[in-house]
Amino acid sequence: MNVTDPRLLVQPSPLLKQRMRTDQAMRDVLYALLPATLAGLWYFGLAALLVILSSIAGALITEWVFSPAQARSARLLDSSGLLTGLLLGLTLPPALPLWMAFIGGAVAIGLGKLVWGGLGYNLFNPSLVGRAFLGATFPIAMTTWSPGAGPADFFQVYESTLTPPFMQASYDAVTAATPLGLMKFEYQSTPLWDLVIGKTSGCIGETSGLLLILGGVYLAFRRGLDWRMPVSILASVLLFTGALYLLDPAKYPGPLFSLFSGGLLIGAIYMATDPVTSPLTPRGTWIFGVGVGLLVVLIRVFGGFPEGVMYAILLMNSATPLIDRYTQSRVFGKGIKTE
Amino acid sequence: MNALAALFKRGFSHGIHPDELKDQTHALPTQRMPFVERYTLPVHQHLGAPPRPVVAAGQRVQRGQLVAEPGAFVSTALHSPVTGWVRAIGPRRFPGGRYEQAIEIEADRYASQRLRVESPPDWRSLSLEDFVSLVQHSGIVGLGGASLPAHVKYSLREGVKIKTLIANGAECEPYLTNDHRIMVEQPEALLRGIEILHTLLGAEESIIGIELNKPDAIETLRAHIRSDQPIRVVPLRVKYPQGDSKMMIKSILDVEVPAGLHAADLGIIMNNVSTVAAIADYFASGMPYIDRMVTVSGPGIEYPANLVVPLGTPVREVLRFCGGVREDTREVVMGGPMMGTPVASLDEPVIKSSSGLLAFTAEHIARPTEYPCIRCGRCVEACPYFLNPARLAKLARARLYDEMKAFQVMECVECGSCTYSCPSGIPIVQMIRTAKNTLWAKKSKAE
Repeated sequence: MNVTDPRLLVQPSPLLKQRMRTDQAMRDVLYALLPATLAGLWYFGLAALLVILSSIAGALITEWVFSPAQARSARLLDSSGLLTGLLLGLTLPPALPLWMAFIGGAVAIGLGKLVWGGLGYNLFNPSLVGRAFLGATFPIAMTTWSPGAGPADFFQVYESTLTPPFMQASYDAVTAATPLGLMKFEYQSTPLWDLVIGKTSGCIGETSGLLLILGGVYLAFRRGLDWRMPVSILASVLLFTGALYLLDPAKYPGPLFSLFSGGLLIGAIYMATDPVTSPLTPRGTWIFGVGVGLLVVLIRVFGGFPEGVMYAILLMNSATPLIDRYTQSRVFGKGIKTE
Repeated sequence: MNALAALFKRGFSHGIHPDELKDQTHALPTQRMPFVERYTLPVHQHLGAPPRPVVAAGQRVQRGQLVAEPGAFVSTALHSPVTGWVRAIGPRRFPGGRYEQAIEIEADRYASQRLRVESPPDWRSLSLEDFVSLVQHSGIVGLGGASLPAHVKYSLREGVKIKTLIANGAECEPYLTNDHRIMVEQPEALLRGIEILHTLLGAEESIIGIELNKPDAIETLRAHIRSDQPIRVVPLRVKYPQGDSKMMIKSILDVEVPAGLHAADLGIIMNNVSTVAAIADYFASGMPYIDRMVTVSGPGIEYPANLVVPLGTPVREVLRFCGGVREDTREVVMGGPMMGTPVASLDEPVIKSSSGLLAFTAEHIARPTEYPCIRCGRCVEACPYFLNPARLAKLARARLYDEMKAFQVMECVECGSCTYSCPSGIPIVQMIRTAKNTLWAKKSKAE
């Protein structure tokens, strides 16, 4: 029995909290991306690992340098910078010079997140900001696709990988077009199974559709992503490409090819679902998803680039505040007719 | 079968599923807390106007004797919980920590503490007006949390016809089991109370809504309802805040009470099961509202219990009766863990709305680091009133309280589902409370 009273705090209720925390939610996404990341390393070897690490290093160092000293450890521990670096790394070509990957990571965090006020305040997806910057600055490096050496030659890196900073890269003679590039410029399709398991050329993490979906299912069960987002994006892409395919199967790619090629899956499952830059409301999420799907198909089919996921998501990011404003739920009890 | 049917019924949307945490006390029979030496009776324990004290320091009072009379229509009576002497009338600690006018009564340790009160007239002979006035003088308030004097709801507006009477036995707050014990231990009193209200209000149907996690309460009440009584028990999904009156009306009747209106405007009267049982007790024996059922529980309590506690008993004495609190106790909450009030001093007394006393240890109330809002939308999907708590929190942080009105902040019932569900640890409902209080203060200043 207490002889003296305990020292009481007066924290207001509620005192109960659900267990998921923001930093854990971030780490959950990292875990979900692990299989696809490992597959990327399997196909592209050490070079891919170095690209990813450079991108992460660029992101974390920028976060550390430009954060106030007292907020540094908290910001690094929330794992969001790590996630941005990893997501950017996974969307880079495996033979990208490492210094470019580093700059990409730095821009992703600096221009994509910190200038907006840090985590939670940015309008655009940070890793896609970094990727768009790289695409505009190093157009050749960002569209030169080198074939993977496979696990046999894991330690063999590309000639371009170790290009000294601020020097242009020189590439091995052999390059391989991505399935989308083959489709767009040579009207040549890739077997679906290769797309599903990832035996194609392309960005490090976006080749294996199966593993990306697996991670997405894990995240959906952990409530780490809003299932409406990938479902609405993928369904609308299927619908729009399916309609085009029915019009002229010789000219337009099939819906399943569209689903599994390029960055659609990684974009739909891991980037469009970034809660900060996508709508809060369920109805808004559907609108955002269909918008992304429509833009992806428009850019891929009618635009100048073979791939359009990045711009589709960035464009819809800019519409998020507007979508949020017009999709507010009706407050309970409001707008009910009374006699 | 009914359980299954209830699961598939739509009920209200959104809401949360906190751990129920009722195992410590849900099966413990109610005990009576012994009398203690001193009682502190805050005069103003409910919504509306404060009652007026009718006793003076030094005066002897009997248990159940009126010590303060209603100060207005929306006000109720207050009776002495103990035979003894009024020692002082002055400011004393009130739940929440502030000081409020209170009547301090010293118990006469040699008195028998037998209740000697006049029996009220047979309720069957009463008009609704007489009934309302008697309930006002019984001192009973709504025991579901808001503490509106009970009689106010029964004084119907002109032209309102009551169709449905609902006894709210949801008890959706974690830890609390006092309503549960009343339903299991006093089904006759509860059903008698429903009969009284049903008859006098002229209701067509009476419903007892109970969450499915209290199967024994559902069974007991069903077994006690006579076949000629128009009363049915409706099992409800276990979901917080099922006990919120508008949510429960949505769950049971699938009716959305318009904002700004009361359930009574739609012909629905809802009362907590404890309130109904207290009314039955009053009309059976004339016992005014001087004792209340308190669930003493939480991780910091040595011996959890369901106790009948005389009003005015200091929190310290109740905790001591339950074996004291663990040494690392850092917070005691009066009421439930979701909406209760933190106890600032153990001198604070048990009042009419004290449904629980919960002790939490340091580890249970530790607030982890707060992260920025990442707009994950969990609060939006938790809010049973379909507000946008993320947006409200952002506006509150910038102190844009007037802008919050455009986002319907005044519709918030402060259930705390948003704070519960926030992975970033942002105290959303706490900020909303501050905003609402500021807006109320501004409004009353303007008037």
